[in-house]
Formats: sequence, C-alpha cells, structure tokens
Amino acid sequence: MRMSKIVRTGACILYPLIIIFGLYVVVHGHLTPGGGFQGGAVIATAAALVLVAFSHREVAGMVRKAVFSAQESLGLLLFIGAGILGLLAGAPFFANILANSGLLFGLTVPPGPNPGELNTAGVIPLMNIAVGVEVWGGLAIILMYLFSATGGEGT
Amino acid sequence: MIPPFVVDNSPALMVIVPFVAAFIAPFAGRAAPAVRALVVGGAMAITSAITLILASDVYAHGTRLYVFGAQAATLAVPPDSGGIPVRIMFTVDPMSALMLVITAISAFAVVLYSLTSERHHSGLGSYYTLFLLMVTGILGMVSTGDIFNFFVFLEILSIASAGLIAFRIDGGVAVEAAIKYFVLSTIGALAILFAIGIYYGEYNALNMALIAQRIQFTLLDQLALVLIIAALAMKCGAVPMHFWTPDAYSMAPSSITALLVVASQASLYGLFRTVFSLYNITLNAACVGWLIIILGVLSMVVGVTMAIPQKNVKRLMAYHAISQTGYMLLGVGVGLAVLGNQPLLDAFGYMAMEGGIFHIINHAMYKGLLFLTAGAIFFRIGTYDLNRMGGLGHSMKWTMVFFIIGALAIAGIPPFNGFASKLMIYESVFAFNPVLSVIAMVVSILTLASFVKVFHSIFMGPVLPEYRDVREVPGPMLAGMGILALVVIVFGLFPSVVVETLVAPAAHALADQGMYIAAVIGGGA
Repeated sequence: MRMSKIVRTGACILYPLIIIFGLYVVVHGHLTPGGGFQGGAVIATAAALVLVAFSHREVAGMVRKAVFSAQESLGLLLFIGAGILGLLAGAPFFANILANSGLLFGLTVPPGPNPGELNTAGVIPLMNIAVGVEVWGGLAIILMYLFSATGGEGT
Repeated sequence: MIPPFVVDNSPALMVIVPFVAAFIAPFAGRAAPAVRALVVGGAMAITSAITLILASDVYAHGTRLYVFGAQAATLAVPPDSGGIPVRIMFTVDPMSALMLVITAISAFAVVLYSLTSERHHSGLGSYYTLFLLMVTGILGMVSTGDIFNFFVFLEILSIASAGLIAFRIDGGVAVEAAIKYFVLSTIGALAILFAIGIYYGEYNALNMALIAQRIQFTLLDQLALVLIIAALAMKCGAVPMHFWTPDAYSMAPSSITALLVVASQASLYGLFRTVFSLYNITLNAACVGWLIIILGVLSMVVGVTMAIPQKNVKRLMAYHAISQTGYMLLGVGVGLAVLGNQPLLDAFGYMAMEGGIFHIINHAMYKGLLFLTAGAIFFRIGTYDLNRMGGLGHSMKWTMVFFIIGALAIAGIPPFNGFASKLMIYESVFAFNPVLSVIAMVVSILTLASFVKVFHSIFMGPVLPEYRDVREVPGPMLAGMGILALVVIVFGLFPSVVVETLVAPAAHALADQGMYIAAVIGGGA
C-alpha cells in the first residue's frame, strides 16, 4: 500500500537529508551529543520513512535484506577490529593506540575553547562509525521484517 | 610451547575469537555449509583451548587481571586516577577459572554435536551466530570484574538464548517459550540494573572489588542484594522462580539446552559472587545463608516431585535440572550461613561450599550429557514423548550407554561424579543440620526412581515396529556425548584430585573477600 504522490515526493526529498544528518551524528560522535548508535538510528528512520511512503514490496525490490544483514555483521566486525588494533600494537584489547599518534584521527586535542577538532580521539570515532553501520543495518532489517507482515493486504 | 602473547592476552582472546567467528559465520555460510562448519568448529576449538590455557594459568599463578584499553593489561589502578580502578576489567580468580573450565568443555562438546544434529535445518547462519554469542556471554559473565559489564554480558546471553530457544518454531510453542524466557530475563536484568544503580549512587564505583571494599550493608544495599538474589535465582531456575525453565529447556534444540544448563550455572556463579565477594561478612550471614538454603531445599523437593509425572523426556530432565540446582544452593548456602565463624567454617563450611561448587561442574557435565542423549533420540525417532518410545536399546547402543552414565551420575550412584559431590554435601550439611541432609538424600532416591522409569520406557522392551530401522546417531554426535561422559567418569573415579586441584581453590577464593579486593586494588589485605 503506497501512499499519495505528495507523501512519496516528500519522502524522496527528505531521504538524503535524514541520511546526511545521521552520518553527521555518527562521525561527530566524539565531539557532540549522540554517537554511533544514535546516528545509526537516525539513518534507519530514513529507511522507515521510505517503507511507509512506498510499499514493502517496492522497497524489497530495490534492496535485498541480505545487504542489511551483511552490513550489520560488517559493522560488528569493524568494531572488534578497532579493538584488536590495540592487541596488534602490543597493548591490551581496546587500547586507544591511534589517539595523539598523528595518524588517522590522531591529532592532539588543542587546549582551551575550540570549535571541536574532528581529527582527534583515535579509535573512538572508528568505533562510532562501526556502531553506526551496524545499527543502520540492524534496525533497517528489523523494519523490513516488520513491514513484510503488512505487505500482502491493504489497497 | 604456548606463545606468551596468547597467555598474556587470553582473557581478551577467549571473548574475541567467538565474537569474530560469530559474525564471520553468516558470510562463511554463503560460501558453503562446510566452510561455516569449519569456521564455527575451529573457532570453538580455539576458544576452548584459550579458555583452558587461561584457567590453568590462574590455578598455577593466582588471580589474573585484564584491564581493557589500559597501557598495560595488569594496570588496574592508573597512577592519575586517585586509587580508583576506572576501566572495565576481567578479574579471573580460581572460582571464575572453574566456570571457564566448565564452559570450555561443555561448549566444545555441544558444538561438535550440533554441527551434525542441526545439519538439515534452515536458518543455520543465525543459529551459529547466536550460539557463539551465547558462549561469549557466558565466558564474559564468569570472568568480568565490573558489575555493569556483568549486566552487559548477561543481556548478550539472554538475547542470544531467547533467539535459540525459538529456533525450532514448532507451531509457535517454541516461540512462546522463548518469549516467556525473554520477558522474565528482561525483568531480571532490569532488577540487576537497578541494583547496579544503587551501588553506583552510593559508592561511586562499578568495579566489583572497589564496591566490595566500600560496602556498608545499609538499607539500600539490602534492597540491592534482594534484587540481585531474586533476579539471578530466577535466571538459574530456583523454585519459586523456576516456571520458565521447563518450557525453555524442553523447546530449545537439545544442544542448546545443554548450553542453557551452563548458562544457568553462570547465573548461579553471579549469585555466589555477589553474596561472597561483594558483601561477604558485612551481611547477616545466617539470615541470607538460610534464605539460600531454603531456596535450595524448595528447588530440590519441588523439582523432583514435578519431574516424576512428566511424559516429555526433556521436560522431565528440565525439572531434574531445577532439583539439582537446589543441591548447589544448599551446599554453598550452608557455607554462607557459617561465614565469619572460622571454627565452623573449617569444620564443615568449606566442605559444604566445595560440595556445592563441585556439584556445579558435575551437573553441567552429566545434565549436558543427558540432554544430548535426549536430542540423539529425537534426532532418530522425532518425538520426546516417553509413551511413544520403547526398545531403542536394541539399535542405539552407544546412546543407551551414555544415558546410563548420565542417569547414574545424576542419581548419585558411585563411581560417577554425582556421587562424589553429593556425598560431600550430605556429610557437611549433616553437621550443620541433619534434617537438610535427610531431605537431600530422599530427593536423590526419587531422582534415581524417576530415571529408572525413563530408562525403562526409552530403551527396554521389544523393538517397536515403527522404530525397526532406527540406527545409531552419527559419529560426531557420539563424540560430543563421549567427551562429557568421559569427564563424568574421570571426575567420578578421581574426585579427590579434582577437588584438590579445581574445587578447593575456587571455594577458598570465593570465601576470601580480602584476596579478591587485594588482587585488583592491591596493598592492604
């Protein structure tokens, strides 16, 4: 049961904006309120919007559930991988070896008030991104299954 | 022989390996089922090996710390933290090591069994993911030294278990059992979370050793204790919070049921850890001890009397599991009741605790074995109904032998391991209160009676026409049962060696709160 043209067009316009906002929350997780889980949930609401505006059958024709399922597993593997980085460097599991290292996300936080330096905090942003990817995939697949129950009936 | 990297990082690796394998398994399954079997079996073998390495290291060199994300794995208290252990850590003392040994042996036997028994089912990708998450949850619960982390692993375990209980949908009956389990687990977990909130508000600490050092046993602490005891006694299936157990145990696939037994023991571990390591002598030992004893006696008696009329073999075994949990509560409860009174503790308290703890490991082995034999019978004839079975001893000889071993062990018949631990419980509890000991013996006799009936109706009698061409189960399933049967026999033949090397250090580590605190915070004790 797809909704009216107005709703569908509105959903199409909002869809990229929601995803961009969600990605912003994920990537800035170590600087601003929010983080991987919250951002991932925001992105998943984009999936919910599309599922409501269009029918489940149409959406299922665009993406397969296996894609989200793989995304969920990949996100979790990335998270564990970020923890294993510490082991590889000879420190304990989850040790933040990237912080202040000058590499990826490796700048030192400047002292005093500042607008927020994105390139800091070491593995924490990596973990936020991993959780974001995982929650995006996980919630999207839950929504797909919920909506698949409504697919057959209605107008 | 073993690389020092593995020994040093074993507490982290034993959680990392199943976790990574859990999320590789779905991808491997897309390549080929054989690849997935290799990944899952291999990962479980490595996990068990690492776990046993860690456990032997703990028994040899004492409590091991593993601080996540620190500069060094043993740096519990950073120099700039003002003496407070701020990070999440694993504190693996001999009691944890004992639980790790149980989990390693059971989970490996179960995975060996389940790779064959579940081969023809659909949805195996998520089955193995959840299975490995369940193992991760158990391993984490029994090793963590941070009470909030305990809650996290408990939730991982509960969610994975609920998914697996519902795995065989079975016309919705399994789903109903899973929902029952899930709702109760969530309520229990929220109670624990509330208790953790109380500790955090009162003592500004989540580290168990630090809470133990600061605890006062105020009214709020009493409330937290009640919440934790209620939630974890429910999770381990003690009467009167046992009602989820028969449903969940009987509807889950048998290999999962064997692991659910270990999961229940992990909750029991959490209960003992809270009472002994967090509170220890600050609480009113006699009062709380008697509370646990009464829970234990109720579980023993109600469990076994409910088991006798059952027609479904797995429901019957589930009620026996409740009854056996009662023995552990009784043994350790007696130890708790005399805590702080050193002469009585030396006279029979330690022995009661050792009996209760020894029973944990024995129960995980023989009950796991019994559930696996029930699964083997279901694998061949497709029913758990005792009235429709009979004469299977003619065709399934090995399964019958394993069932006999398990049944005699649970009934406490020498020379199997159940006898050794039950004897320790009888003797020590008799010195505490003879009536309790008599009840325990009567329950044991009823258990034997019940299993004689079950054995007769499954294996004895003429070959039934509908089961004429039933064959023995495949080799890997027998191997899985064989591992557990071997442990049952070895532990039964050499109980004193096992008690001295595995159980007694665990009991003393549990009773000695000062040692637990000193291992983390250092100094003082």
